[in-house]
Amino acid sequence: MNDPMGGMTGAGEEALALLPELLLLLGAGGGLLLGLWTPQHRQWRVRAVVIVACLASAAAAAVVFSDPPTRVFEETWVIDGTTGIVRIVVALSAAVAVFLASSSLAGHPRETEAYVLMLLGALGTIALAASGDLLLLVAAYLLASIPLYALAGFAKDASGTEATLKYYLMGAFVGVLMMVGVTSLVLATGTTGYPELATLLPEAPAALLAVGVIGVLAGVGFKAGAVPVHFWVPDVTAGTTPAMAAYITTIPKIGAVAAAFRLLAEPFGGVPLDVPLLVAVIAALSMTLGNLAAFNQTDVSRLLAYSTVSQVGYLFMVVAVAGRTDLALPALAIYLAGYAITNLGAFAAVAAFPEARSISDWAAAAGRNRWVVVSLVVCLLGLVGTPPTAVFVGKLAVFTATWDGGLAWLVVLAAVNTVASLFYYLRWIAPAAATRDVPAGGGTDGGASTVTVGRAVRTAPVVTLHVAAIASVLLGAGSGLWLAVVVPG
Amino acid sequence: MLLTVVVLLPLAAAALLLAVPALAGRAAIWVWIAASAADLALVAWMWWRYDPGRGATGVVGNLAYEVDLQWIPTVDAGYHIGVDGLSLPLLALTGVLFLACAVWSLREPDRPRTQAALFLFLQTACLGTFAALDLILFFVFFDLTIVGMYFVIAGWGHGNARRSALKFFLYTFLGSLALLVGFIGLFLGSEERTFDMVALAENPPLTDSPLAGGLVLLAIGLGLAVKTPLFPFHTWLPDAHTDAPAAGSAILAGILLKLGTYGFVRIAMPILPDAWQRWAMVVVVVGTISVLWGAFVALAQTDVKRMIAYTSVNHMGYVLLGLGAAGLVGQADEEARTIATVGALYQMVSHGLLTGALFLLSGVLWSRGQTYAFDHWGGLARPAPVFAALLAVAAFGSLGLPGFASFIAEFQIFTGALQAAPVATVLAVTGILVTAGLFLVALQRLLTGPTAVPSLPDGSSPDDQAAAAAPSSSPTQDGATATAVRPRTATGMRDVHGAELAAVVPLLALAVLLGLFPRALLDVIEPAAAAVAQLVAR
Repeated sequence: MNDPMGGMTGAGEEALALLPELLLLLGAGGGLLLGLWTPQHRQWRVRAVVIVACLASAAAAAVVFSDPPTRVFEETWVIDGTTGIVRIVVALSAAVAVFLASSSLAGHPRETEAYVLMLLGALGTIALAASGDLLLLVAAYLLASIPLYALAGFAKDASGTEATLKYYLMGAFVGVLMMVGVTSLVLATGTTGYPELATLLPEAPAALLAVGVIGVLAGVGFKAGAVPVHFWVPDVTAGTTPAMAAYITTIPKIGAVAAAFRLLAEPFGGVPLDVPLLVAVIAALSMTLGNLAAFNQTDVSRLLAYSTVSQVGYLFMVVAVAGRTDLALPALAIYLAGYAITNLGAFAAVAAFPEARSISDWAAAAGRNRWVVVSLVVCLLGLVGTPPTAVFVGKLAVFTATWDGGLAWLVVLAAVNTVASLFYYLRWIAPAAATRDVPAGGGTDGGASTVTVGRAVRTAPVVTLHVAAIASVLLGAGSGLWLAVVVPG
Repeated sequence: MLLTVVVLLPLAAAALLLAVPALAGRAAIWVWIAASAADLALVAWMWWRYDPGRGATGVVGNLAYEVDLQWIPTVDAGYHIGVDGLSLPLLALTGVLFLACAVWSLREPDRPRTQAALFLFLQTACLGTFAALDLILFFVFFDLTIVGMYFVIAGWGHGNARRSALKFFLYTFLGSLALLVGFIGLFLGSEERTFDMVALAENPPLTDSPLAGGLVLLAIGLGLAVKTPLFPFHTWLPDAHTDAPAAGSAILAGILLKLGTYGFVRIAMPILPDAWQRWAMVVVVVGTISVLWGAFVALAQTDVKRMIAYTSVNHMGYVLLGLGAAGLVGQADEEARTIATVGALYQMVSHGLLTGALFLLSGVLWSRGQTYAFDHWGGLARPAPVFAALLAVAAFGSLGLPGFASFIAEFQIFTGALQAAPVATVLAVTGILVTAGLFLVALQRLLTGPTAVPSLPDGSSPDDQAAAAAPSSSPTQDGATATAVRPRTATGMRDVHGAELAAVVPLLALAVLLGLFPRALLDVIEPAAAAVAQLVAR
């Protein structure tokens, strides 16, 4: 927004191309100012402003969706199909996350700050996806990270503080790695723009190239929570509040995966190293280790945390074949949207009963509320990839694209992992579904109603859970429509 | 449009049941019966209006009630459904069996509303799988049957129900993902990049690459073999059956196993003719091993329900023997291969009816004595003559006595397969002998001798099954086992009555009718079977 004075009109027009991002920024700034002058019990106004800003941003992104791809601000900011998908998905997910957090944040002394930070993080996420320049990528990395450190420890309790510290140290370390990577790429080519990199990198010295590729991928891998830079995921997810965990494990991943997708399609597309194989190995490790680690979790947050690690593995499959098949972009579009909805839904189920940490507590707490259980089953089976949910269509598209891109072994591994993942999702589904409720006039003796723990039920998360379950099924059934919109032709 | 209504009507009824809490208890079951009956009536209407045609038709053309809508255009997957001679008999079987289960469940005391909704959901999934003409649509419904059956077993089963349900889910889900991988292979191997079964069967993919074709057939075959189930992928079956409720077992054996064999006829054979021919002998061998393995292991069982479960492995082995023989193009003429295919399709229908009846009858044992163990029962012919008669009829039908549908089926399979695979056929015929022996032994143990009936429900039975009876007096903390108060019966065998009779008798009557007047079904099956036999010979 600090445009150079020269070329004011041109810059003004270019700034308008960033209207969705500007709306998010406006929402963040406006929300902050409004929050300062709003009494504690009226903070819902800030929430409304922030949600409206998100929705307006998504709408603005949808309006310009079918415009031809452009690169603005000296080709650093790419506006194309990938950016458009991320803009819409992130803005809507941020709105959902703010709504989801509202029940635990309402009345909190720093309520406004939380919403503003969430919006800024979303802005950074979109910047990650839209980066067409390594320096912007680094800036976006920081913008997508720093607000999240604050959010992770927002409750200021011991576990939250520990989570923040771990998250921050790991983020700082990987950030340095990433900057080393960027530096080597600059050393090798003398430029930071993706189009120039794409032409110059194939002739670059192999050592510099290798350091550069690994460093930059480490950065986006960290934001995505991929193996081997995933160690923060379980601790942060379990340490922070469920609503914040939903935000942290959903939003930055979307932008990071899209950024990796763009990196592989553009600057790393023609390099002499086998970058797709490297990404394929990252994908294989993420899904396998994520699943293995999730097997024995009894804490619902940790279980979901490892599940998100394995989900990143499936997402990175499509990154590995970016630019190698026409099926990659539709696969990314549907999987990102499906993952965002379903993951938010699953965390909303956790947030609905904040006192229930373990699977059995959760099952006991939710026992009376049959529809919550039904929605949870839809979300968890959705994460497995059971039809007709959105993630099923996503997985189908991702598997197809990956095989078409020449990585059939990865498809087989992913299929085996999907079966393995079913096991731990069922460890949650089975007790939840088995807890008896007493249907009216059903004729049971009703002796099983032993619900004692966690009677506190939060409304906003329950609503979010139901909406996510319905949206997951609708997006699956209507995936043709979504794809027709986001991937025309 | 009519077909869409047939497929979705049960789902709509399920939604109605869940949405209206007033429909509880007996009313819920009546809604279920009404929905199933209406659905069966619609299927009957479809059958009435269906013109099977002459010669070889179906599979790639002359599909009735066809609907083709775009769903995911980027991969050309669509909502494509239709009916031909392969699917119509199985749609009708689904309608009949679900109605029988609905009637059977009239006295269901345990959460009847949820159960009815779940079964209706399952019915939509089964009908959808049989009607689907698109690989992805097929997969969607195929997977949903697994989910539905998981909750049936986990929620209403007895014994170690949760473990069995988990085993069932994991095994069959593994199979379904192998199937998905195979489908993606078909998609990528096809020239026009489509998931449409009709288009793929018209222009088979991967004909010029035997290795890729073989691997894709392996993936699809693996997926379907787990579901069917074939030796050595059958190990989930006995546990799932033993712990499932009677109606769930009937559906699992009667319909869900057919999804596997139906997949072979509908997908593997017409779409991968080249690979099917090349590997047909393997199919024959696996089928024969399943026949013998199922028969001999069934012989050794001490539990009625496990025994019936293993005979399913045996019966599905016959189907695979017939389908494999249909692929041995070099060794047999087209007529023999068509007969083998017809026999395989006939066997699917007859097995559905007879095994459905057998499992429902074994449910009578559970409701009276909460055990399936042979040594707890004896001499039931005296206190329960109707039960004894029905069980005898079902057992004789199942062992393939002339006059029953299964005889027509097995006779045709053997006739068709003899020319192409004489050794395997002769071996498989001995399977009939073993089955006959085991059913006779079972009848002898249960029906003759001095009357023995387990005491109920707190009779200190040393059997582990007694664990299942405990929760009715002390509900467990997590509510894992049924908490229903079962209707107390006097110690003594109450004969089959009312709803039970109304559920079982039509199944057996149909099995007899199809055995005496096979033309009605053959007229529908034969053109499609001929088409499959021709397509596989390409």
